[in-house]
This record gives sequence, C-alpha cells and structure tokens, in this order.
Amino acid sequence: MRKVFRLEDLDCANCAAKMETAIASLPGVNKATVSFMAQKLVLDADDASFDVILAQAEKLIKKVDADCRLVK
Amino acid sequence: MQMRRKQKKLLVRILVSGALLAGAYLTEKLTDLNAYVYLPMYLLPYFIAGYDVLLKSARNIGHGKLFDECFLMTVATVGALIIGEYPESVFVMVFYQTGELFQSLAVDKSRRSIADLMDMAPDRAVRVTQDGEEEILPEEVCPGDTLLLRPGDRIPVDGVVLSGTGAIDTSALTGESVPADVGPGDRITSGCINLTGVLRMEASAPYGESAVAKILELVENSSLHKSRSEHFITKFARWYTPAVVLGAALLAVIPSVITREPAVWCYRALIFLVVSCPCALVISIPLSFFGGIGGASAKGILIKGANYLEALADVKTAVFDKTGTLTDGRFTVTQICPAEGITEEALLHLAASAEYYSAHPLAVSIKEAAKEPPAVPDRVTEHAGFGLEAWLDGHTVLAGNVGLLTRESISVPETETAGTAVYIAEDGRYRGHITLGDLPKQNAAKTVRALKKAGVKRCVMLTGDREAAAKETAAALGLDEVRAQLLPADKVRIVEDLCAAQGKGEKLFFVGDGLNDAPVLSRADVGFAMGALGSDAAIEAADVVLMDDDPFKIVTALQIAKKTRRIVRENVVFALGIKLCVLLLAALGLTSMWIGVFADVGVAVLAILNALRCLKPPKT
Repeated sequence: MRKVFRLEDLDCANCAAKMETAIASLPGVNKATVSFMAQKLVLDADDASFDVILAQAEKLIKKVDADCRLVK
Repeated sequence: MQMRRKQKKLLVRILVSGALLAGAYLTEKLTDLNAYVYLPMYLLPYFIAGYDVLLKSARNIGHGKLFDECFLMTVATVGALIIGEYPESVFVMVFYQTGELFQSLAVDKSRRSIADLMDMAPDRAVRVTQDGEEEILPEEVCPGDTLLLRPGDRIPVDGVVLSGTGAIDTSALTGESVPADVGPGDRITSGCINLTGVLRMEASAPYGESAVAKILELVENSSLHKSRSEHFITKFARWYTPAVVLGAALLAVIPSVITREPAVWCYRALIFLVVSCPCALVISIPLSFFGGIGGASAKGILIKGANYLEALADVKTAVFDKTGTLTDGRFTVTQICPAEGITEEALLHLAASAEYYSAHPLAVSIKEAAKEPPAVPDRVTEHAGFGLEAWLDGHTVLAGNVGLLTRESISVPETETAGTAVYIAEDGRYRGHITLGDLPKQNAAKTVRALKKAGVKRCVMLTGDREAAAKETAAALGLDEVRAQLLPADKVRIVEDLCAAQGKGEKLFFVGDGLNDAPVLSRADVGFAMGALGSDAAIEAADVVLMDDDPFKIVTALQIAKKTRRIVRENVVFALGIKLCVLLLAALGLTSMWIGVFADVGVAVLAILNALRCLKPPKT
C-alpha cells in the first residue's frame, strides 16, 4: 500500500534526509520518500502491518525533529 | 513578507538577544567591571536566542544522536563560553538562529511562488438546474451537469461548450498568451479562464479527473522523484559531519598535548564544529530543482521529477516522432501539376468540385485550398480504395490514386512525388495531379537548430510514413537521420538501440504525441508528450508533458535543465569550497569563530538565494 502524508513544520532539509533513511530501513517498508520541498512523506509498505509501520515511522520522525508533525 | 507564527517568534528573540548582546559587549569594553558582572549579561541573550537549540540537543543526546546540528552548535557555543570567549559564543548562537530564520523564510517564499505560478485551481462552479443557478464547489460537479461560465470565471472541470461563444485564456496551463476562440461543440479544459462571452458548458469529467487536478498533483509530487545530485549530497552529508567532528576531536587533543596550549587548540576545534553542518548543501539542491520545475511549469512544461530535469541537461540524442510532433499532422496542398491545356486554378477547382461531398482528409484539404467555391456535382460514385467518380455539367471526372485512372486505361505520366498525390481525369483524359503533404510545424526547424546549438549530437526522426515523404521532411528540418515505414514495435527497438549506442552519462529523449507511443516514451531516458492539453494518456505516460504543441518548448525545457544544473554545481562547489577553506584556516589558527559561523549560516543563505534563481526561466 502506498500512502502520502503531510509533514507539518519540517524545517530542516538534512532532517528530512535522516527521516527518509531511518523510515526506509524499517522492516516491511518497500520504499519511503521524504520530500523537504513538498513537506510530504510517501510511505510504501506491506498492507498487513501498515498501521504498525506508520506508528513506528511517526516515532522516528519525532526522534529526528520533535517539532515535526505527521498529519494523517 | 508573510511570516508564520513560529518565524515571528524567532525574529523577536533574535532582535532582543542581538540588542542585549550589543549592550553586554559595550559594557564589557567601556567599563572595568569583572567577569562575574558581565557574564550574566552575556548569558541572558545566549539563552533567549538559543534555548530551543539547547533543549533539542539535550533530547538528542538522550536518543544517542551526537551528530545532530543542534547538538554540535551547543557544544561549540558552550565550549566557547568555557574558554572565556563570551561575545563570540553568544554571537554564534544569535547568527545561527538568524540563518535558520532566513532559511525557512526563503523556503517558504519559493514554495509560495510556485504555488502562485500554479495558480490555476478553480474555486467554484455555477450549476444550472431547472430551479435556477446555484454556486457549488468544483469537487461537487458531476459529469453531465450544465454549468454557467461568466466572463472572468475559471473553468472548473473539463467539458464541452453547449451554447455561447467567447475567448478563453489558456495561459495558466500552456504559457500561451493568445486567447483561444471557442463555440458550441468545442472541448474546453479546466483551469483556463473564460474571458469574454457567457458560455454554458456540459461537464464531461469530475474535478478529480479533470486536467487541472491532474496537473496540480503532478507538480506537487515532482519533488518526490529526487535527482542523483540530491541522493549524492545526502549520502555525502552522512559522512561529512562525523568526519569534521572527528577532525575537531583530534585537533583539540593531539596538538594540545604536544604544545600544552589547550585553550588555543580547543578554540580552533570549536570552529570545526560550527562549520560541520551540511545544511547549505542539503537544502540548496532540492530547492534548485524545485525552482526549475516551478519555472518550467509557468511556461506550460510539466516535469514529473527532479531526476528528469537533471537527465535533460545531459541529452545528446534527440528522437522525434514525425506526425503531429514535427509536422502539423494535417494534409496541406504542396504542389499542383496540371497537364497541358488546363491552369492550376482550374485543376484545383475541378478537383474540389469532384470531391464536393467527400469527407476524406485529402478531399477536405483540397477544398480548403481551392479559392473559388466548388461546383456541385450531379452525381458521385465512390470507388473504395481508389477514389471517386463525379458527373459535373455532363462531364465525367475521376479523382483518386493512380490505380483509379489506370483502371479506366487512362495513361498517367510517371512522376516522382514526396507526398500523397490525387490524380484527376476528365472525360477519359488525364488533367493533372495535386500533391498533398504534411508540412513541418512553424518552429520545427528552429527547434532542431537550437537543440544542436545546445549540444545535442544526434537528431533522429521516426515515422510510419513512406520513405520519400519522411526524407523530404527530415531534409527540410535539418535532421541527421530518419527511419521510415516503422511499426510501433520498431520504434521501441530503435530507441533501445540508440540508447545503447550512447556514451556513458549521455541521455536520450523522445518526443511524441503521447497517444500511441507510450511504450517508446517510457523506454527513453526522458519521454516528452506534446500537445497534452486534454489528453490523459499522454500525462500518464510521459516524464515531461508539454501542454501545447509548440516543439520549441523542448528547447526551453533543455535550457531550464542546463541552468538548474549550473546553479546546483555552483552551490556545491561554493559551499564545499568555503567550508574546506575555513576548516583549513581554522586548523592553522588563521580565522575566528565569526568567520566560522559565516561559513555555516551565511553560505547556506547565499546558496538558497542562488537556488531561487532557478525559478526564473532563462531568456530565449
């Protein structure tokens, strides 16, 4: 399943790159793209565990930049 | 300038802490109070400017993230405080925050200017029902609804004009400034503006499937396809920061042990930490490509990703489809060859009269070319696959291919023609023939010339047409190669061969109308679909979509690609160059922390300003 999420207050380009690397290495993720310019996360992950993966991704995002919020 | 709440707050903090810093500095210089008095005067602006940086870095240590920019900034400034460099420490923090504020303002500005360029989203629709008119959202329109368009209204969804005539402004979509005239039966595209008349239209698609929604989505998502440069730089950033931090650690420890001057070497190491953030690089590359894509879309060129814009700058082989791409895709009378005893005009009139009832494309073109109105034939018989036979004022006229005349055993002189010819005989006697061809578009030759000037080595045309017609077009346009009489599958194979024949790093683009060449479009490094206004298939299949059918847009796209790449390279060289210089100078003790913070934040700001130039398309 592929879904696009908005990232609010994503203020640093390097953070976006770090989030992308971290999320992409989660098990079950086929592809993750974080676009700093579009302030978006595109998550392509296994259908069965999508919600679990999304929750993990959200945690990783907070870890890199605590101000950044994922809008579902 | 518009500011978000967060940005306003940061600005106030910077101004207040800047003023307090200046006050503290003057107090220190002008009075001889001891450090216990003025240290708090420095600490106050330090905390006002940097409390969030300090908090964030504290949190990051908890997560075990040591190479975070906040953490590095904290170590650098706290380190400077410990070795007694109070004003520098506070200044670094204030200036760092100024840079952060500026960065986020610049990024917001470029996002907004792209949103303005893409200002084509309709905000309302007026539906006409039996009970009258009602204003609804574009998303609420259903196919089949009748909508009213007043002058100045943006067309909310794709549809067909039912009644009324007027001019519509397509510039938001195509970049073309000349309005298009429309009348009943014409298809109109969402996102265009109705300029003059009052029109009634029937919606043919819901908003989500209309051109405007698709285009907006395409441009929004273009930054998700990242360029190779961006991937490279994010990888580089992952190594750069730890390397510089390690360098700082070594610089602080080893020479200190040898020279026994720890304060000197620690100060130099702290400068290392200040320049260790790779932000200038990491931010400027996607920003440049984003700007390039935005600038292109204002010209009616939609690029689906930074990777395609990047590849375009390396194009060395250009492959064109012929019909509809380089040529108009319509037949035009190119030559009239009368037999003895008849004039050109008379022959054309005769042919036009014989074809009076015919709707064949060749017949339509002949009728268009005839100056006098044609005579109405008494009777017409069609000979399928050959042409037709018409009775005009008691004369029998044949109009068709060579076969039609030879069947009636009329002798036809042998001719060599490039286009398609219509032969005419009257009362059993050959009267001449008319040649029709598909003429090159106005800008086609200019496009080929400009591409060659821009470094394209090989221009190839592919077509399903006959060899002679194809060669003539190719010669007129100055193309290097032409492959004729191809089937769609042949085109894919040829594009594959051409791709394989290229040197390393060289790219190939293919331009087609996007209707029946989707496989070729996807096989090429960059696939252009042309005249895509209103064609969903083309928007799906292509990497770059040209909204109208002017081939010169390809050259514009190439120029934008080259300009963007130049700016990206400038930024990489500039930012890295300055940082390396400052690292070197810092190691040698020839610079101060003031310069260090410039190399970090100042360079980022300059790189961003440079990247914003990408928004402006180059002059042609």
